Amino acid sequence: MTASVRKSFFTTVMADQSGLEARYPKAFRVNWVGRLKTVVVIFGAAAIAAYAVVYLDIQWSRVLAGFARLGWFLSVMLPPSYGTTENLLIYLHSLLETVAIALLGTVLSAVLSIPLGFIAARNVVPGWITHFFIRRSLDTVRSVNMLIWALIWINVVGLGPFAGVLAIITADLGLFGKLFSEAIEASDQKAAEGVISTGGSSLHRVRFGLLPGILPVLVSQVLYQIESNTRSATIIGIVGAGGIGAHFQEQIRLNEWQHVAFLTILMLITVSLIDYVSTKIRFAIIGVNQQQNPH
Amino acid sequence: MPISVPKLPDDRLAALEASYAAAVSAKRTKTFVGFAILVVVLISSAAVGEVDLVKFFSHINKFSDYIGRIFVLDSGQIVFSNVTEWFWGLGKWTRLIGETILIAYLGTLIGGIGAFILSFLAAANVAPARWVLFVVRRYLEFCRTVPEIAFAMVFVVAFGFGPLPGVLALSIHTTGALGKLFFEVIENADMKPMEGMTSTGAGWMSSVRFAIVPQVLSNFVSYALLRFEINVREGTVMGLVGAGGIGQDLIEAIRKFYYSDVSAILILIIITVSLIDFITERVRSRLINMEAGH
Repeated sequence: MTASVRKSFFTTVMADQSGLEARYPKAFRVNWVGRLKTVVVIFGAAAIAAYAVVYLDIQWSRVLAGFARLGWFLSVMLPPSYGTTENLLIYLHSLLETVAIALLGTVLSAVLSIPLGFIAARNVVPGWITHFFIRRSLDTVRSVNMLIWALIWINVVGLGPFAGVLAIITADLGLFGKLFSEAIEASDQKAAEGVISTGGSSLHRVRFGLLPGILPVLVSQVLYQIESNTRSATIIGIVGAGGIGAHFQEQIRLNEWQHVAFLTILMLITVSLIDYVSTKIRFAIIGVNQQQNPH
Repeated sequence: MPISVPKLPDDRLAALEASYAAAVSAKRTKTFVGFAILVVVLISSAAVGEVDLVKFFSHINKFSDYIGRIFVLDSGQIVFSNVTEWFWGLGKWTRLIGETILIAYLGTLIGGIGAFILSFLAAANVAPARWVLFVVRRYLEFCRTVPEIAFAMVFVVAFGFGPLPGVLALSIHTTGALGKLFFEVIENADMKPMEGMTSTGAGWMSSVRFAIVPQVLSNFVSYALLRFEINVREGTVMGLVGAGGIGQDLIEAIRKFYYSDVSAILILIIITVSLIDFITERVRSRLINMEAGH
Protein backbone atom coordinates (compact mmCIF):
# COMPACT_ATOMS: atom_id res chain seq x y z
CA MET A 1 0.00 0.00 0.00
CA THR A 2 1.52 3.30 -1.00
CA ALA A 3 1.74 6.16 1.39
CA SER A 4 -0.78 8.30 -0.46
CA VAL A 5 -3.44 5.57 -0.45
CA ARG A 6 -2.75 4.98 3.19
CA LYS A 7 -3.13 8.65 3.91
CA SER A 8 -6.44 8.99 2.05
CA PHE A 9 -7.74 5.90 3.78
CA PHE A 10 -6.83 7.40 7.10
CA THR A 11 -8.53 10.70 6.20
CA THR A 12 -11.74 8.87 5.24
CA VAL A 13 -11.84 6.85 8.41
CA MET A 14 -11.03 9.77 10.68
CA ALA A 15 -13.42 12.21 8.95
CA ASP A 16 -15.99 11.45 11.60
CA GLN A 17 -13.54 11.70 14.49
CA SER A 18 -15.93 13.46 16.89
CA GLY A 19 -18.59 10.84 16.14
CA LEU A 20 -16.10 8.04 16.77
CA GLU A 21 -15.00 9.67 20.02
CA ALA A 22 -18.63 9.92 21.15
CA ARG A 23 -19.30 6.27 20.38
CA TYR A 24 -16.03 4.80 21.76
CA PRO A 25 -15.01 7.07 24.62
CA LYS A 26 -12.87 4.38 26.23
CA ALA A 27 -10.62 3.97 23.20
CA PHE A 28 -9.92 7.70 23.01
CA ARG A 29 -9.43 8.38 26.69
CA VAL A 30 -5.89 9.22 27.64
CA ASN A 31 -4.53 6.86 30.28
CA TRP A 32 -2.68 9.44 32.42
CA VAL A 33 -1.82 7.05 35.24
CA GLY A 34 -0.29 4.55 32.83
CA ARG A 35 1.71 7.25 31.07
CA LEU A 36 2.94 8.66 34.36
CA LYS A 37 4.09 5.19 35.44
CA THR A 38 6.01 4.74 32.19
CA VAL A 39 7.67 8.13 32.58
CA VAL A 40 8.63 7.40 36.20
CA VAL A 41 10.09 3.99 35.31
CA ILE A 42 12.10 5.36 32.38
CA PHE A 43 13.40 8.32 34.41
CA GLY A 44 14.24 6.03 37.32
CA ALA A 45 16.22 3.66 35.10
CA ALA A 46 18.01 6.57 33.44
CA ALA A 47 18.82 8.18 36.79
CA ILE A 48 20.42 4.97 38.09
CA ALA A 49 22.35 4.68 34.83
CA ALA A 50 23.59 8.27 35.14
CA TYR A 51 24.65 7.60 38.73
CA ALA A 52 26.47 4.46 37.58
CA VAL A 53 28.34 6.38 34.88
CA VAL A 54 29.53 8.91 37.47
CA TYR A 55 30.33 6.28 40.13
CA LEU A 56 32.27 4.09 37.70
CA ASP A 57 34.05 7.18 36.37
CA ILE A 58 33.26 6.43 32.73
CA GLN A 59 34.64 9.18 30.50
CA TRP A 60 33.44 9.69 26.96
CA SER A 61 36.92 10.51 25.74
CA ARG A 62 38.08 7.08 26.90
CA VAL A 63 35.08 5.41 25.30
CA LEU A 64 35.81 7.07 21.96
CA ALA A 65 39.55 6.38 22.10
CA GLY A 66 38.79 2.78 23.03
CA PHE A 67 36.45 2.27 20.11
CA ALA A 68 39.06 3.71 17.77
CA ARG A 69 41.63 1.24 19.10
CA LEU A 70 39.06 -1.57 18.87
CA GLY A 71 38.49 -0.68 15.22
CA TRP A 72 42.22 -0.90 14.64
CA PHE A 73 42.36 -4.34 16.33
CA LEU A 74 39.56 -5.52 14.07
CA SER A 75 41.41 -4.31 11.01
CA VAL A 76 44.61 -6.14 11.94
CA MET A 77 42.67 -9.30 12.82
CA LEU A 78 42.18 -9.96 9.12
CA PRO A 79 42.97 -12.44 7.80
CA PRO A 80 42.73 -14.79 10.82
CA SER A 81 45.83 -16.93 11.04
CA TYR A 82 47.40 -19.58 13.26
CA GLY A 83 51.02 -19.07 12.30
CA THR A 84 52.91 -22.34 12.04
CA THR A 85 51.42 -25.85 11.77
CA GLU A 86 52.96 -26.62 15.12
CA ASN A 87 50.90 -23.79 16.58
CA LEU A 88 47.76 -25.13 14.92
CA LEU A 89 48.29 -28.53 16.52
CA ILE A 90 48.72 -26.92 19.93
CA TYR A 91 45.50 -24.93 19.45
CA LEU A 92 43.56 -27.99 18.30
CA HIS A 93 44.79 -30.01 21.24
CA SER A 94 43.69 -27.37 23.73
CA LEU A 95 40.36 -27.18 21.89
CA LEU A 96 39.93 -30.92 22.41
CA GLU A 97 40.85 -30.39 26.04
CA THR A 98 38.13 -27.72 26.29
CA VAL A 99 35.47 -30.07 24.94
CA ALA A 100 36.67 -32.90 27.19
CA ILE A 101 36.51 -30.66 30.26
CA ALA A 102 32.97 -29.58 29.42
CA LEU A 103 31.68 -33.08 28.65
CA LEU A 104 33.23 -34.84 31.60
CA GLY A 105 32.46 -32.05 34.05
CA THR A 106 28.82 -31.80 33.04
CA VAL A 107 28.09 -35.54 32.98
CA LEU A 108 29.85 -36.28 36.28
CA SER A 109 28.14 -33.32 37.90
CA ALA A 110 24.75 -34.52 36.67
CA VAL A 111 25.36 -38.02 38.03
CA LEU A 112 26.43 -36.67 41.40
CA SER A 113 23.43 -34.31 41.45
CA ILE A 114 20.77 -37.00 41.08
CA PRO A 115 20.84 -38.05 44.74
CA LEU A 116 21.11 -34.38 45.76
CA GLY A 117 18.03 -33.57 43.68
CA PHE A 118 16.04 -36.33 45.36
CA ILE A 119 17.07 -35.26 48.84
CA ALA A 120 16.25 -31.62 48.07
CA ALA A 121 12.80 -32.45 46.62
CA ARG A 122 9.95 -31.79 49.01
CA ASN A 123 7.86 -34.74 47.85
CA VAL A 124 10.63 -37.31 48.31
CA VAL A 125 12.12 -36.26 51.62
CA PRO A 126 9.45 -34.56 53.72
CA GLY A 127 10.30 -32.16 56.51
CA TRP A 128 11.46 -28.64 55.95
CA ILE A 129 14.81 -28.83 57.78
CA THR A 130 16.64 -31.03 55.23
CA HIS A 131 14.92 -29.19 52.43
CA PHE A 132 15.96 -25.81 53.76
CA PHE A 133 19.59 -26.72 54.41
CA ILE A 134 20.16 -28.55 51.14
CA ARG A 135 18.56 -25.75 49.14
CA ARG A 136 20.61 -23.05 50.87
CA SER A 137 23.83 -25.03 50.38
CA LEU A 138 23.02 -25.45 46.70
CA ASP A 139 22.38 -21.69 46.44
CA THR A 140 25.71 -20.99 48.13
CA VAL A 141 27.60 -23.27 45.75
CA ARG A 142 25.84 -21.63 42.81
CA SER A 143 26.67 -18.07 43.90
CA VAL A 144 30.38 -18.73 43.60
CA ASN A 145 31.48 -18.34 39.99
CA MET A 146 33.03 -21.27 38.13
CA LEU A 147 36.31 -19.36 37.68
CA ILE A 148 36.61 -18.94 41.44
CA TRP A 149 35.98 -22.66 41.94
CA ALA A 150 38.73 -23.29 39.40
CA LEU A 151 41.12 -21.09 41.40
CA ILE A 152 40.31 -23.04 44.55
CA TRP A 153 40.70 -26.45 42.86
CA ILE A 154 44.07 -25.43 41.41
CA ASN A 155 45.28 -25.27 45.02
CA VAL A 156 44.28 -28.92 45.40
CA VAL A 157 45.19 -30.71 42.17
CA GLY A 158 47.55 -28.19 40.61
CA LEU A 159 47.34 -26.36 37.27
CA GLY A 160 45.81 -28.20 34.33
CA PRO A 161 42.53 -29.43 32.86
CA PHE A 162 41.68 -31.65 35.84
CA ALA A 163 41.12 -28.52 37.94
CA GLY A 164 38.79 -27.30 35.19
CA VAL A 165 36.79 -30.53 35.29
CA LEU A 166 36.47 -30.26 39.06
CA ALA A 167 35.43 -26.59 38.80
CA ILE A 168 32.64 -27.45 36.37
CA ILE A 169 31.49 -30.34 38.56
CA THR A 170 31.31 -28.15 41.67
CA ALA A 171 29.70 -25.14 40.02
CA ASP A 172 27.09 -27.29 38.30
CA LEU A 173 26.24 -29.30 41.41
CA GLY A 174 24.40 -26.25 42.69
CA LEU A 175 22.58 -25.71 39.41
CA PHE A 176 21.67 -29.34 38.69
CA GLY A 177 20.68 -30.01 42.29
CA LYS A 178 18.22 -27.13 42.10
CA LEU A 179 16.89 -27.96 38.62
CA PHE A 180 16.54 -31.69 39.37
CA SER A 181 14.73 -31.16 42.66
CA GLU A 182 12.33 -28.76 40.94
CA ALA A 183 11.70 -31.29 38.16
CA ILE A 184 11.04 -33.99 40.76
CA GLU A 185 8.67 -31.74 42.70
CA ALA A 186 6.78 -30.86 39.51
CA SER A 187 6.44 -34.50 38.44
CA ASP A 188 3.07 -36.24 38.30
CA GLN A 189 2.46 -38.11 41.57
CA LYS A 190 -0.22 -40.43 40.19
CA ALA A 191 2.24 -42.90 38.69
CA ALA A 192 4.09 -43.16 42.01
CA GLU A 193 0.81 -43.74 43.85
CA GLY A 194 -0.03 -46.46 41.33
CA VAL A 195 3.24 -48.26 42.01
CA ILE A 196 2.67 -48.07 45.78
CA SER A 197 -0.90 -49.35 45.40
CA THR A 198 0.32 -52.51 43.65
CA GLY A 199 2.60 -53.19 46.61
CA GLY A 200 5.86 -51.68 45.31
CA SER A 201 8.57 -50.62 47.73
CA SER A 202 9.71 -47.02 48.02
CA LEU A 203 12.66 -47.84 45.77
CA HIS A 204 10.20 -49.20 43.18
CA ARG A 205 8.22 -46.01 43.56
CA VAL A 206 11.23 -43.90 42.61
CA ARG A 207 12.41 -46.24 39.83
CA PHE A 208 9.08 -46.91 38.10
CA GLY A 209 6.83 -44.11 39.32
CA LEU A 210 9.16 -41.11 39.29
CA LEU A 211 12.20 -41.75 37.08
CA PRO A 212 10.43 -42.38 33.73
CA GLY A 213 8.60 -39.06 34.07
CA ILE A 214 11.57 -36.89 34.98
CA LEU A 215 14.40 -38.54 33.03
CA PRO A 216 13.69 -36.73 29.73
CA VAL A 217 13.61 -33.40 31.60
CA LEU A 218 16.91 -34.15 33.31
CA VAL A 219 18.60 -35.32 30.11
CA SER A 220 17.54 -32.24 28.20
CA GLN A 221 18.85 -29.99 30.98
CA VAL A 222 22.17 -31.84 30.96
CA LEU A 223 22.49 -31.54 27.20
CA TYR A 224 21.70 -27.86 27.34
CA GLN A 225 24.30 -27.41 30.07
CA ILE A 226 26.95 -29.23 28.02
CA GLU A 227 26.68 -26.47 25.43
CA SER A 228 26.80 -23.74 28.05
CA ASN A 229 29.78 -25.39 29.75
CA THR A 230 31.70 -25.66 26.49
CA ARG A 231 31.48 -21.88 26.40
CA SER A 232 32.67 -21.65 30.02
CA ALA A 233 35.46 -24.14 29.38
CA THR A 234 36.85 -21.94 26.61
CA ILE A 235 37.75 -19.29 29.19
CA ILE A 236 38.56 -21.41 32.23
CA GLY A 237 42.13 -21.49 30.93
CA ILE A 238 42.71 -17.86 31.92
CA VAL A 239 43.18 -18.97 35.53
CA GLY A 240 45.26 -21.98 34.46
CA ALA A 241 42.61 -24.69 34.51
CA GLY A 242 43.15 -26.07 31.02
CA GLY A 243 41.60 -25.53 27.62
CA ILE A 244 41.95 -22.93 24.92
CA GLY A 245 41.47 -19.90 27.19
CA ALA A 246 45.14 -19.73 28.14
CA HIS A 247 46.17 -19.33 24.48
CA PHE A 248 43.45 -16.75 23.94
CA GLN A 249 44.78 -14.67 26.81
CA GLU A 250 48.40 -15.11 25.78
CA GLN A 251 47.78 -14.05 22.17
CA ILE A 252 45.95 -10.92 23.37
CA ARG A 253 48.93 -10.06 25.55
CA LEU A 254 51.31 -10.61 22.64
CA ASN A 255 49.17 -8.38 20.40
CA GLU A 256 48.83 -11.24 17.92
CA TRP A 257 45.37 -10.22 16.73
CA GLN A 258 45.31 -12.61 13.79
CA HIS A 259 45.74 -15.47 16.23
CA VAL A 260 43.04 -14.05 18.50
CA ALA A 261 40.66 -13.96 15.53
CA PHE A 262 41.54 -17.53 14.60
CA LEU A 263 40.98 -18.77 18.16
CA THR A 264 37.64 -16.93 18.32
CA ILE A 265 36.53 -18.64 15.11
CA LEU A 266 37.62 -22.02 16.52
CA MET A 267 35.54 -21.37 19.65
CA LEU A 268 32.51 -20.28 17.61
CA ILE A 269 32.64 -23.37 15.40
CA THR A 270 33.06 -25.72 18.36
CA VAL A 271 30.22 -24.23 20.38
CA SER A 272 27.90 -24.27 17.34
CA LEU A 273 28.83 -27.89 16.65
CA ILE A 274 28.18 -28.95 20.23
CA ASP A 275 24.93 -27.00 20.16
CA TYR A 276 23.87 -28.76 16.95
CA VAL A 277 24.73 -32.25 18.22
CA SER A 278 23.14 -31.75 21.64
CA THR A 279 19.93 -30.41 20.06
CA LYS A 280 19.81 -33.48 17.81
CA ILE A 281 20.28 -35.85 20.76
CA ARG A 282 17.74 -33.92 22.81
CA PHE A 283 15.10 -34.24 20.11
CA ALA A 284 15.90 -37.94 19.70
CA ILE A 285 15.41 -38.52 23.42
CA ILE A 286 12.39 -36.37 24.22
CA GLY A 287 10.72 -36.79 20.86
CA VAL A 288 10.38 -33.94 18.39
CA ASN A 289 6.65 -33.46 18.96
CA GLN A 290 7.03 -32.09 22.46
CA GLN A 291 9.73 -29.66 21.53
CA GLN A 292 8.49 -28.32 18.23
CA ASN A 293 8.04 -24.62 18.03
CA PRO A 294 4.38 -23.68 17.52
CA HIS A 295 5.41 -21.97 14.26
CA MET B 1 -16.30 -62.79 45.57
CA PRO B 2 -13.26 -64.17 43.75
CA ILE B 3 -12.39 -62.29 40.59
CA SER B 4 -11.41 -64.40 37.62
CA VAL B 5 -9.17 -62.91 34.99
CA PRO B 6 -9.99 -64.31 31.53
CA LYS B 7 -6.91 -65.99 30.05
CA LEU B 8 -6.13 -65.79 26.35
CA PRO B 9 -5.57 -69.04 24.39
CA ASP B 10 -1.90 -70.06 24.47
CA ASP B 11 -1.15 -69.45 20.78
CA ARG B 12 -2.42 -65.85 20.89
CA LEU B 13 -0.61 -65.25 24.17
CA ALA B 14 2.65 -66.54 22.71
CA ALA B 15 2.43 -64.14 19.76
CA LEU B 16 1.77 -61.19 22.06
CA GLU B 17 4.59 -62.19 24.37
CA ALA B 18 7.01 -62.52 21.48
CA SER B 19 6.21 -59.06 20.13
CA TYR B 20 6.48 -57.59 23.62
CA ALA B 21 9.86 -59.25 24.12
CA ALA B 22 11.03 -57.96 20.74
CA ALA B 23 9.95 -54.39 21.55
CA VAL B 24 11.64 -54.48 24.94
CA SER B 25 14.88 -55.94 23.62
CA ALA B 26 15.00 -53.40 20.78
CA LYS B 27 14.70 -50.61 23.31
CA ARG B 28 17.30 -52.23 25.56
CA THR B 29 19.78 -52.55 22.70
CA LYS B 30 19.30 -48.89 21.84
CA THR B 31 19.82 -47.82 25.45
CA PHE B 32 22.84 -50.10 25.73
CA VAL B 33 24.47 -48.72 22.58
CA GLY B 34 23.81 -45.18 23.79
CA PHE B 35 25.44 -45.96 27.11
CA ALA B 36 28.42 -47.65 25.48
CA ILE B 37 29.04 -44.56 23.32
CA LEU B 38 28.72 -42.32 26.37
CA VAL B 39 31.19 -44.39 28.35
CA VAL B 40 33.76 -44.40 25.53
CA VAL B 41 33.40 -40.62 25.11
CA LEU B 42 33.76 -40.07 28.86
CA ILE B 43 36.82 -42.28 29.18
CA SER B 44 38.59 -40.54 26.31
CA SER B 45 37.58 -37.19 27.83
CA ALA B 46 39.08 -38.28 31.11
CA ALA B 47 42.33 -39.12 29.32
CA VAL B 48 42.42 -35.74 27.53
CA GLY B 49 41.36 -33.92 30.69
CA GLU B 50 44.29 -35.46 32.61
CA VAL B 51 41.97 -36.83 35.27
CA ASP B 52 44.09 -38.36 37.98
CA LEU B 53 42.02 -40.03 40.64
CA VAL B 54 45.04 -41.10 42.68
CA LYS B 55 46.19 -37.50 42.89
CA PHE B 56 42.64 -36.40 43.59
CA PHE B 57 42.13 -38.71 46.53
CA SER B 58 45.62 -38.24 47.93
CA HIS B 59 45.22 -34.44 47.68
CA ILE B 60 41.55 -34.15 48.62
CA ASN B 61 42.53 -33.26 52.17
CA LYS B 62 44.05 -30.09 50.70
CA PHE B 63 40.55 -29.01 49.69
CA SER B 64 39.17 -29.37 53.20
CA ASP B 65 42.38 -27.86 54.57
CA TYR B 66 41.95 -24.89 52.26
CA ILE B 67 38.31 -24.41 53.24
CA GLY B 68 39.36 -24.68 56.89
CA ARG B 69 42.36 -22.37 56.41
CA ILE B 70 40.33 -19.50 54.94
CA PHE B 71 38.32 -19.35 58.16
CA VAL B 72 41.42 -18.73 60.28
CA LEU B 73 42.95 -15.29 60.85
CA ASP B 74 46.66 -14.59 60.49
CA SER B 75 46.90 -14.53 64.26
CA GLY B 76 45.78 -18.17 64.32
CA GLN B 77 42.37 -17.47 65.78
CA ILE B 78 39.20 -18.65 64.12
CA VAL B 79 37.58 -15.82 62.15
CA PHE B 80 34.35 -15.76 64.14
CA SER B 81 36.27 -14.78 67.27
CA ASN B 82 37.25 -11.43 65.80
CA VAL B 83 34.78 -10.30 63.17
CA THR B 84 36.19 -6.77 62.97
CA GLU B 85 39.59 -8.08 62.00
CA TRP B 86 38.05 -10.62 59.61
CA PHE B 87 36.07 -7.92 57.77
CA TRP B 88 38.80 -5.28 58.10
CA GLY B 89 38.27 -4.22 54.50
CA LEU B 90 34.49 -4.04 54.67
CA GLY B 91 34.31 -0.44 53.42
CA LYS B 92 36.55 -1.07 50.42
CA TRP B 93 34.86 -4.39 49.59
CA THR B 94 31.37 -2.92 49.85
CA ARG B 95 32.41 -0.17 47.46
CA LEU B 96 33.78 -2.77 45.02
CA ILE B 97 30.61 -4.86 45.28
CA GLY B 98 28.59 -1.71 44.60
CA GLU B 99 30.80 -1.22 41.55
CA THR B 100 30.07 -4.81 40.47
CA ILE B 101 26.31 -4.27 40.80
CA LEU B 102 26.46 -1.02 38.83
CA ILE B 103 28.57 -2.67 36.12
CA ALA B 104 25.95 -5.41 35.89
CA TYR B 105 23.16 -2.81 35.85
CA LEU B 106 24.68 -0.74 33.05
CA GLY B 107 25.56 -3.89 31.11
CA THR B 108 22.02 -5.22 31.41
CA LEU B 109 20.48 -1.84 30.50
CA ILE B 110 22.65 -1.20 27.43
CA GLY B 111 22.45 -4.84 26.33
CA GLY B 112 18.70 -4.90 26.96
CA ILE B 113 18.13 -1.81 24.81
CA GLY B 114 20.24 -3.34 22.03
CA ALA B 115 18.38 -6.64 22.32
CA PHE B 116 15.02 -4.85 22.29
CA ILE B 117 15.79 -3.06 19.04
CA LEU B 118 17.41 -6.05 17.32
CA SER B 119 14.80 -8.61 18.40
CA PHE B 120 12.11 -7.04 16.20
CA LEU B 121 14.45 -7.34 13.24
CA ALA B 122 15.21 -10.99 14.07
CA ALA B 123 11.68 -12.31 14.71
CA ALA B 124 10.38 -14.27 11.73
CA ASN B 125 6.84 -12.86 12.03
CA VAL B 126 7.68 -9.14 12.12
CA ALA B 127 11.13 -8.80 10.50
CA PRO B 128 10.99 -6.27 7.67
CA ALA B 129 13.09 -8.44 5.31
CA ARG B 130 14.61 -11.94 5.17
CA TRP B 131 18.18 -10.72 4.82
CA VAL B 132 17.82 -8.38 7.83
CA LEU B 133 16.64 -11.33 9.90
CA PHE B 134 19.56 -13.47 8.72
CA VAL B 135 22.21 -10.82 9.44
CA VAL B 136 20.78 -9.86 12.85
CA ARG B 137 20.47 -13.48 13.97
CA ARG B 138 24.09 -14.25 13.06
CA TYR B 139 25.21 -11.14 14.96
CA LEU B 140 23.21 -12.18 18.05
CA GLU B 141 24.73 -15.67 17.85
CA PHE B 142 28.21 -14.20 17.77
CA CYS B 143 27.44 -11.98 20.77
CA ARG B 144 26.17 -14.79 22.96
CA THR B 145 28.65 -17.49 21.90
CA VAL B 146 31.77 -15.54 22.84
CA PRO B 147 31.94 -15.54 26.66
CA GLU B 148 31.76 -12.24 28.58
CA ILE B 149 35.27 -12.70 29.92
CA ALA B 150 36.69 -13.16 26.43
CA PHE B 151 35.18 -9.83 25.37
CA ALA B 152 36.42 -8.29 28.60
CA MET B 153 40.00 -9.42 27.89
CA VAL B 154 39.98 -7.73 24.48
CA PHE B 155 38.25 -4.60 25.82
CA VAL B 156 40.73 -4.22 28.68
CA VAL B 157 43.48 -3.81 26.08
CA ALA B 158 41.39 -1.36 24.03
CA PHE B 159 39.84 0.74 26.82
CA GLY B 160 42.32 0.27 29.64
CA PHE B 161 41.78 -1.23 33.10
CA GLY B 162 38.62 -0.41 35.06
CA PRO B 163 34.88 -0.90 34.98
CA LEU B 164 34.38 0.39 31.41
CA PRO B 165 35.54 -2.79 29.60
CA GLY B 166 33.43 -4.83 32.04
CA VAL B 167 30.32 -2.83 31.23
CA LEU B 168 30.89 -3.18 27.49
CA ALA B 169 31.64 -6.91 27.68
CA LEU B 170 28.47 -7.57 29.67
CA SER B 171 26.45 -5.34 27.30
CA ILE B 172 27.53 -7.23 24.20
CA HIS B 173 26.95 -10.67 25.70
CA THR B 174 23.59 -9.53 27.11
CA THR B 175 22.52 -8.26 23.68
CA GLY B 176 23.10 -11.74 22.27
CA ALA B 177 21.51 -13.69 25.10
CA LEU B 178 18.46 -11.44 25.57
CA GLY B 179 18.06 -10.87 21.83
CA LYS B 180 17.43 -14.56 21.29
CA LEU B 181 14.94 -14.84 24.17
CA PHE B 182 13.19 -11.64 23.02
CA PHE B 183 12.69 -12.68 19.41
CA GLU B 184 11.33 -16.02 20.55
CA VAL B 185 8.77 -14.17 22.68
CA ILE B 186 7.84 -12.02 19.69
CA GLU B 187 7.43 -15.08 17.49
CA ASN B 188 4.95 -16.49 20.00
CA ALA B 189 2.92 -13.26 20.11
CA ASP B 190 -0.65 -13.11 18.79
CA MET B 191 -0.49 -11.71 15.24
CA LYS B 192 -4.14 -10.57 15.02
CA PRO B 193 -3.50 -7.11 16.53
CA MET B 194 -0.66 -6.68 14.01
CA GLU B 195 -3.05 -7.52 11.15
CA GLY B 196 -5.55 -5.08 12.59
CA MET B 197 -2.97 -2.30 12.71
CA THR B 198 -1.78 -2.99 9.17
CA SER B 199 -5.38 -3.00 7.92
CA THR B 200 -5.88 0.54 9.23
CA GLY B 201 -2.92 1.62 7.14
CA ALA B 202 -0.36 1.88 9.92
CA GLY B 203 3.30 1.59 8.98
CA TRP B 204 5.77 -1.01 10.30
CA MET B 205 6.90 1.11 13.26
CA SER B 206 3.46 1.94 14.60
CA SER B 207 2.17 -1.60 13.97
CA VAL B 208 4.99 -3.06 16.03
CA ARG B 209 4.69 -0.34 18.66
CA PHE B 210 0.94 -0.75 19.29
CA ALA B 211 0.31 -4.39 18.33
CA ILE B 212 3.40 -6.32 19.47
CA VAL B 213 5.16 -4.30 22.18
CA PRO B 214 2.25 -4.35 24.68
CA GLN B 215 2.04 -8.14 24.35
CA VAL B 216 5.72 -8.84 24.91
CA LEU B 217 6.90 -6.12 27.29
CA SER B 218 6.24 -7.91 30.59
CA ASN B 219 8.05 -11.02 29.34
CA PHE B 220 10.96 -8.85 28.20
CA VAL B 221 11.25 -7.22 31.62
CA SER B 222 11.12 -10.60 33.31
CA TYR B 223 13.96 -11.96 31.14
CA ALA B 224 15.97 -8.76 31.62
CA LEU B 225 15.71 -9.13 35.41
CA LEU B 226 16.89 -12.72 35.17
CA ARG B 227 19.80 -11.53 33.06
CA PHE B 228 20.64 -8.82 35.59
CA GLU B 229 21.04 -11.51 38.21
CA ILE B 230 23.30 -13.55 35.89
CA ASN B 231 25.30 -10.42 35.10
CA VAL B 232 25.90 -9.72 38.78
CA ARG B 233 27.30 -13.26 39.11
CA GLU B 234 29.49 -12.73 36.05
CA GLY B 235 30.42 -9.26 37.27
CA THR B 236 32.07 -10.81 40.32
CA VAL B 237 34.79 -12.32 38.11
CA MET B 238 35.29 -9.41 35.69
CA GLY B 239 38.06 -8.20 37.98
CA LEU B 240 40.04 -11.36 37.23
CA VAL B 241 41.03 -9.84 33.89
CA GLY B 242 41.13 -6.26 35.17
CA ALA B 243 37.63 -5.26 34.14
CA GLY B 244 36.49 -3.79 37.47
CA GLY B 245 34.49 -4.89 40.46
CA ILE B 246 35.18 -7.12 43.44
CA GLY B 247 36.96 -9.82 41.36
CA GLN B 248 40.21 -7.86 41.43
CA ASP B 249 40.50 -8.06 45.22
CA LEU B 250 39.30 -11.65 45.29
CA ILE B 251 41.89 -12.97 42.86
CA GLU B 252 44.59 -11.00 44.66
CA ALA B 253 43.53 -12.55 47.98
CA ILE B 254 43.52 -16.06 46.49
CA ARG B 255 46.86 -15.66 44.65
CA LYS B 256 48.66 -13.99 47.55
CA PHE B 257 47.21 -16.38 50.15
CA TYR B 258 45.40 -13.75 52.25
CA TYR B 259 43.30 -16.62 53.54
CA SER B 260 40.78 -14.90 55.78
CA ASP B 261 40.19 -12.20 53.13
CA VAL B 262 39.13 -14.93 50.69
CA SER B 263 36.36 -16.14 52.99
CA ALA B 264 35.27 -12.59 53.85
CA ILE B 265 34.99 -11.56 50.19
CA LEU B 266 33.29 -14.82 49.22
CA ILE B 267 30.72 -14.35 51.99
CA LEU B 268 30.02 -10.80 50.81
CA ILE B 269 29.60 -12.07 47.22
CA ILE B 270 27.29 -14.90 48.31
CA ILE B 271 25.12 -12.52 50.35
CA THR B 272 24.91 -10.01 47.48
CA VAL B 273 24.08 -12.61 44.85
CA SER B 274 21.45 -14.26 47.08
CA LEU B 275 19.89 -10.88 47.83
CA ILE B 276 19.72 -9.90 44.15
CA ASP B 277 18.40 -13.37 43.35
CA PHE B 278 15.67 -12.96 45.99
CA ILE B 279 14.65 -9.46 44.88
CA THR B 280 14.53 -10.20 41.14
CA GLU B 281 12.60 -13.42 41.85
CA ARG B 282 10.02 -11.37 43.81
CA VAL B 283 9.63 -8.78 41.07
CA ARG B 284 9.40 -11.47 38.40
CA SER B 285 6.68 -13.44 40.17
CA ARG B 286 4.73 -10.19 40.59
CA LEU B 287 5.10 -9.50 36.89
CA ILE B 288 3.87 -13.01 36.07
CA ASN B 289 0.90 -12.58 38.44
CA MET B 290 0.11 -9.24 36.80
CA GLU B 291 0.10 -11.01 33.45
CA ALA B 292 -2.24 -13.73 34.80
CA GLY B 293 -4.56 -11.08 36.26
CA HIS B 294 -5.31 -9.56 32.86
